[in-house]
Amino acid sequence: MAEIRLIEIKEEILTDNRKEADNLRAKLKKTGTFLLNLMSSPGAGKTTLILKTIEQLRGRLRMGVLEADIDSMVDAEKIAASGIPAVQIRTGGFCHLDASMVMKGLDAFDLKCLDLVIIENVGNLVCPAEFDTGAVRNAMILSVPEGDDKPLKYPLMFSVSHVVLVNKIDFLSLSDFDMDVFRERVHTLNPAAAIMETSGRTGQGVAAWADWLECEVKAFIA
Amino acid sequence: MHELPVMQSILNVILKHAVLHRVKKVHAIGLSVGTLSDLEEEWMQKYFDHLSTGTVAEGAQLRIQWIPAMLSCDECGNRFELDKTRLDGITCPSCGQKKFSLISGREYHIRDMEAE
Ligand SMILES: Nc1nc2c(ncn2[C@@H]2O[C@H](COP(=O)(O)OP(=O)(O)O)[C@@H](O)[C@H]2O)c(=O)[nH]1
Ligand SMILES: [Mg+2]
Ligand SMILES: [Zn+2]
Repeated sequence: MAEIRLIEIKEEILTDNRKEADNLRAKLKKTGTFLLNLMSSPGAGKTTLILKTIEQLRGRLRMGVLEADIDSMVDAEKIAASGIPAVQIRTGGFCHLDASMVMKGLDAFDLKCLDLVIIENVGNLVCPAEFDTGAVRNAMILSVPEGDDKPLKYPLMFSVSHVVLVNKIDFLSLSDFDMDVFRERVHTLNPAAAIMETSGRTGQGVAAWADWLECEVKAFIA
Repeated sequence: MHELPVMQSILNVILKHAVLHRVKKVHAIGLSVGTLSDLEEEWMQKYFDHLSTGTVAEGAQLRIQWIPAMLSCDECGNRFELDKTRLDGITCPSCGQKKFSLISGREYHIRDMEAE
């Protein structure tokens, strides 16, 4: 009869991914490329906002887009049509991107010629929050129709995002979304989070967002 | 949904330690997981059973200790549990201030394993 032993392990889960993500950030520092991870539910306005951001920052930064929308080339095509290099990552039905998938996707770019790469992550507020993609900053979009209670349902997503964009702000007057309560909920989870109001339809707040992003990029690649 | 890659990551760590300690069979695995993670115990065990089939960890039972999400008051250092159902209007029960830091609830830790 074999004896049963208690073996101490004391390891963090997902350390492989975190190491991979740290390696990627170190590599991006060398090539002078800022990586932004953009997350949201499906339909919150990621693609629209990326297109608006490209319009704002064209001529100011050299950009690329990494697309991870599941089983569709539509978003990458829309972005490529704006004249910006776009690469579609095949997630194979995965619910999120991890650092090694991003690393592979970035191989398609000449990073030395890019200041900013935006990842459009898989539309989902749960899984992408758990996996470090190697991005320098995490941004999430919460659209007004989704409601001000989302930080209660997806606390991890709000706690890992450096900036929260409240999009479809053009719907605000038609909804019962309480911006003060929303801000308080986000800041309880994440006191340092920047919160910005945007509209992919009217363009409201997009210039301020683009300025914020440009500042972050310049600080990283300086 | 992301239970699958998380459980794969756990299994990899377990199998690595199983080799190091010349383990023939893993009976149980002790995990500490923060309540902010969206993992479901039932699904974790199901995915683990599926992934570990044919390895020394086949049939191992997951023993999960859930770590509550705790806030620390930036003013007085008092620690208290985050009420996830109500994130607005929270004040420090000790000093009444409203600035906090999240100090736990995001853990993903493999503590130990029982093995022969
Ligand atoms: N009213 C309004 N509609 C928007 C806004 N941003 C995006 N949309 C619309 O919302 C839908 C989904 O947008 P899309 O950018 O594809 O979302 P994604 O799935 O997150 O990439 C499209 O029909 C957009 O035109 C906004 O700020 N206001
Ligand atoms: Mg899209
Ligand atoms: Zn206090």
